[in-house]
This record gives sequence, C-alpha cells and structure tokens, in this order.
Amino acid sequence: MSEIIKTDVVIIGAGPVGLFAVFELGLYDLKCHLIDILDRPGGQCAELYPEKPIYDIPAWPIISGHDLTEKLMEQIKPFAPQFHFNRMVTKLERQADGSFHVETDEAEVFEAKVVVIAAGGGSFQPKRPPVPGIEAYEGKSVFYSVRRMEEFCDQDILIVGGGDSALDWALNLQPIARSLTVVHRRAEFRAAPDSVKKMFELVESGSVRFELGQVSGLKGEDGQLTHATIKGTEGETDIPVTRLLPFFGLTMKLGPIADWGLNLHENLIPVSVETFETSEPGIFAIGDINTYPGKLKLILSGFHEAALMTQAAKHIVSPGERIVFQYTTSSTSLQKKLGVN
Amino acid sequence: MAKITFVTHDGARIETNAENGSTVMENAIRNAVPGIDAECGGACACATCHVYVDEEWTSTTGEPEAMEEDMLDFAYDVRPNSRLSCQIRVSDELDGLVVQVPERQA
Repeated sequence: MSEIIKTDVVIIGAGPVGLFAVFELGLYDLKCHLIDILDRPGGQCAELYPEKPIYDIPAWPIISGHDLTEKLMEQIKPFAPQFHFNRMVTKLERQADGSFHVETDEAEVFEAKVVVIAAGGGSFQPKRPPVPGIEAYEGKSVFYSVRRMEEFCDQDILIVGGGDSALDWALNLQPIARSLTVVHRRAEFRAAPDSVKKMFELVESGSVRFELGQVSGLKGEDGQLTHATIKGTEGETDIPVTRLLPFFGLTMKLGPIADWGLNLHENLIPVSVETFETSEPGIFAIGDINTYPGKLKLILSGFHEAALMTQAAKHIVSPGERIVFQYTTSSTSLQKKLGVN
Repeated sequence: MAKITFVTHDGARIETNAENGSTVMENAIRNAVPGIDAECGGACACATCHVYVDEEWTSTTGEPEAMEEDMLDFAYDVRPNSRLSCQIRVSDELDGLVVQVPERQA
C-alpha cells in the first residue's frame, strides 16, 4: 500500500459542482483532493456535452460544458486543488478518530476529516454490448479498455465500435495481433478522419478485416473466448476470436457508493437541507447525487449546496473556531487567498 | 397535438398527448415512461432515450441525421428502426405514432 495522502477534504467527483466546492472550501482554508473516474475535469459537462450550450448558469446567457469547466478550473486555481483522475473510489471508512479513509482502485489511501460526494449520476463506466453470456468472459478475454498491451500479443482480436477508441486501438494493436477484425454496424465512423483513412488502408492491404454488422454470440470455455458470431447483412458467421474489445461509450452507474453504509433513496443520497450532510456525520453529498424535498438537478443548485456544505465542513475540520462570514468583494483576507490583493 | 403511444419492453402501452414542437423523449419523461433514461437531458449526447419506431411510422419520422446516427453507435441493441427519441420532434403528422422502448438503455 502506498503512503497515506492526508488532506482536509476529499471530493469524490470533479464535475462542475465538485470543482466549485473547491472554491467555497478554499475561502475557509480547507485543502481539497478530488478523485474522478474520467481522465479530465468536468464530469458530465466533459463527457456528455462538452460542445453543447448551457443556458441557465447565472450571468452566462450561453456557455458550453467545456467552457464552464475551463472557467471553474480558472476560478479554483488559487486554492491549488490536487486532482486524481482515472480512478474510482472503492472504499470509504470511518476511522476511530472520526476521520475517513478513502481508497481508490489504484490502491491509494486518502485520509480526510470531511468527505464530499459530488458524484453526479455515479461513475462513468463502459457500456456492455447486448451479447448473451458476455459477463463470463469479462476480465479474461473481454476487455473494455487496454491496460496491458502484452495481453493482446499474438491474439485474434475483435474490436467492436466505430468511435475514436475503437479505431485508435485497432491501429495500435494491429502490429502485435495474430489477426484483427473490426466490426461496426455501419460503414461510417465517428472518429478522426486520419484514423479512418489509416484503418481502411490496413483493410485494403489485408492486415485488418472489417465486417459490417453486430456481434450476436460468443463461444469459448472458462472465460476464454475461441469464436465470436458476427451477424451481418448476409446472416451469421463465426470467426476465431481470443480477445474482444467492445467500445460503446460510457454510461453512469452508481457503483461502490451503495456499499458505504449511507442511507440511499432510489440511488440518490438523502441530505439535510441545512448542511447537505448525509446520514453519516462528516460525509456530505452535493449536486445531482443528492436528494431532499424540492431538489432540482441543476448545476446552480449544486453551487448553492457547495456554499452551505462548506459552513458545516469548516466546523468539523476546525472545531471551536469562530466562522466569520465575509464577501469576496470587500474582504481583504479573502482577496489574499484568491491572490488578487 | 399528437397522440403518441409508448410500448414498454414488458408490453405495457402508455398513451400520451404530445404538444407540437416538443420532443418524443420529453413526453416520455413527463409521463414517466419506464426505460427512457435521457441521461443528458436531450442534447443528443448519450443515447439513453433510444426507441424503436413502429414499422408503419418509420417513413413519417424519417431517418436519423448524422449526429444522431453517430450517437446510435452507443445505444443498446440498435435496429434499422432505431431512433433517439430526443431527436424526433412532435407535429400533427405524428398523431398516432407508436414507439417501442428497448429492453434497456445501456
């Protein structure tokens, strides 16, 4: 186990609400580490609608998900938040002294006095294609990402999908594969034109096989694939496959949050409307993941929740300290923290 | 106004009265049609409002545009009559439309 990372607050989720929480907590001198399963900040704004306009952010008549994320990153920069991307929080446990240990699937351990769950709709996880019995092969011969290239050496690889991930991995794995087939339901690809061009060159030279259709069945034993059935325009054919990589994008799943002993209501975390604390003291939930009477899943509601949560979080981290409410417009001490004075 | 019927995976029929200009997805959400997740809220960015348009109606609803076709790559069990319901806009022409909700969205 690596060294324990100590901090005031761990924020689970680096979407807009988690990012803004850094700002509010920072005004009260609380240091934050953020953990997110995506490879970049922004959450749904980054993954679902980076280019789509949002019209209900106060003072921004129109802003894209990408730009909102950029602006928030700029706003929280003075507080030097630490980001840990490509990780899922697997465990959240209270210690004897009341602090929390937060563990990730990369075997890191964080120690924090306060945990803020800003996990939106849950964690983004790969979509499983509609192939009967695929679960039995997952982790052995069906993978949703490539972590170790060695596992694909001299294998009969089948890649399904037509996006950038599918084509990038087709191009990367082709040189080391015994054979490589790409299956997609149509002849158009939603990927960088250069990748598409390169793939069709490999198809023409016979190095890559391209099949129009969908995977309808898998054959093998003990988790080890031997064949996949491709359903194309002219019926079904079996091809030899020992590694399958489906790339159908991501979907949101609640994930391990359900195992942390929190009260849940329809996959949402009920909170106090005064502090946004969950049923567990010291654990807060803000943004789309929480629920309370009158809750609206709006980014602006999450911002408001972050501000109120901070008051209660400060009491936990600095017990007995008098909390002075100040305005950034006029407070010289806040302006110092923001680096503008 | 158009009457739109959603047929859920278990065969239940939910009839809705849809206003012109709204999307088929919005009517599913307003009427709590099970099986339409619409995670992205109608931005054509998630493929979780996927429906099958009844064969009799496919020519009226038309073909998906390029962006929708791209998103359909990420939908579950795509068929020739697959559409994203956030991209079907209601008009008088669609009065009587029947769409089926797939087994699941993701």
